[in-house]
Amino acid sequence: MKQDEIQRYNANERSNHWAVAILFILAGLSGLALFHPALFWLSNLFGGGPWTRILHPFLGVAMFVLFLGLVFRFWSANYFSGNDGLWLKNIGKVMRNQEDGVPPIGKYNPGQKLLFWALLVSMLVLLVSGIVIWREYFSHLFGIDVIRLAALAHAFAAFVLVLAIIVHVYAAIWIKGSFGAMLSGKVSHRWARKHHELWYREVTDRKRD
Amino acid sequence: MATQDIIARSATTTPAPSIRQVEEVAKLIDVSKCIGCKACQVACSEWNELRDEVGSNHGTYDNPIDLTADSWTVMRFTEHEKDDGDLEWLIRKDGCMHCADPGCLKACPSPGAIVQYANGIVDFNQDKCIGCGYCVTGCPFNVPRISQDDKKAYKCTLCSDRVSVGMEPACVKTCPTSAIVFGSKDDMQRHADERIADLKSRGYEHAGLYDPDGVGGTHVMYVLHHADKPSLYAGLPDQPVISPMVSLWKGITKPLALLAMGAAVLGGFFHYVRVGPQRVEEEQDEPTVEPAAHQQDPAVQTYDPKQP
Repeated sequence: MKQDEIQRYNANERSNHWAVAILFILAGLSGLALFHPALFWLSNLFGGGPWTRILHPFLGVAMFVLFLGLVFRFWSANYFSGNDGLWLKNIGKVMRNQEDGVPPIGKYNPGQKLLFWALLVSMLVLLVSGIVIWREYFSHLFGIDVIRLAALAHAFAAFVLVLAIIVHVYAAIWIKGSFGAMLSGKVSHRWARKHHELWYREVTDRKRD
Repeated sequence: MATQDIIARSATTTPAPSIRQVEEVAKLIDVSKCIGCKACQVACSEWNELRDEVGSNHGTYDNPIDLTADSWTVMRFTEHEKDDGDLEWLIRKDGCMHCADPGCLKACPSPGAIVQYANGIVDFNQDKCIGCGYCVTGCPFNVPRISQDDKKAYKCTLCSDRVSVGMEPACVKTCPTSAIVFGSKDDMQRHADERIADLKSRGYEHAGLYDPDGVGGTHVMYVLHHADKPSLYAGLPDQPVISPMVSLWKGITKPLALLAMGAAVLGGFFHYVRVGPQRVEEEQDEPTVEPAAHQQDPAVQTYDPKQP
């Protein structure tokens, strides 16, 4: 590691993240194929409609299981705390790339924390509702009203998840250095101090000890 | 052969070929004339080349006990005790109702797997079926069944192959008491009126036609002696409608959700264009204190041949 870089994610964390990301893309595209007729052509990517129907639930379950790894890794860093309320009040400034008045925050800013919890809740809903509407193995265990509710909840949670990931991906494009952080694991001192000052101090203090 | 009389097609947002005008048809099942012989079940099985597995006796006349991918129609027998203690044996031929507003078609995600013809028949195209079972979720009458063999959805076709060449459905053809009749929907409604008048004259004051508005009317209709209580007949829905949950799931929410996802992507793009990225200033990217004096790496030496 170069002297001016800080480790933000280790190799296991990065691999876990990208495995979930790949499964999200596969589960997402196969799900969107069934979400609206305008996107049914996406089923061709999976070998046609029946294959899309067969694969989608397995992809979704795999995504959920691996996502649990991320949940356990990052759980404690995503409690709301300290300056989070003040940061959220200044979200407009954050969006305009202004730094005055935006308080320093820890390893994750409240936006990232909201994302974390939104992902967790939406994936839990997707898992439970997805099992209910998994016709081949599970639907016969449930009544028709439960199945209808699950179909609705599944589509809604998927919508929330896709929106959350759009925001997540855009934030990675917008905040230069964060994409590299998840790819190589490293960020510069300057980056850490600018975007996650409290975390930066914590990390550098620990090093000094 | 091109089909030119499709008035609704699953998972399709533009009009299907629908230039050919044909009259709406209907099958009328007069429950009061049904003797429960199951000839219609046999005729259905014969015409459609279906052979369901031999089941077991469940202590009732119902056989098979439920609709299956191989049994598109079943007789449902109900023993109903009237208030005066009389026993009535209510026999209803169950199967697809061919709704004018079909919940199965609304729920289906596969383009063209379910179509509705101008004559009112709702038909499944199994070659386009992906086996998701959404038609089961959408149906207000619990009719479609997914085959365990090929994972495709099946149900009564109203013998669309026979009807398209001017024949009546197989069950109608075989019914020995003419409890099942077939014709234009108008004619069937008129015929039902006569039957209802007859039933009323014989003491069935609540006799009536089952052609529920909640699903836009159906192309399989019943004459019921107790039209005020359809659920007496083995749970025939009193007020069938496409479930509000299905309407919400498959209605305006889907295009709105697509729009919102597209807007989120565009929002990000224009945020980048207008506000721009957040960069860490490069020149300040060296926080560690560098030595003030320049030190040359002893391994690197310059050699100038002009110097002595």
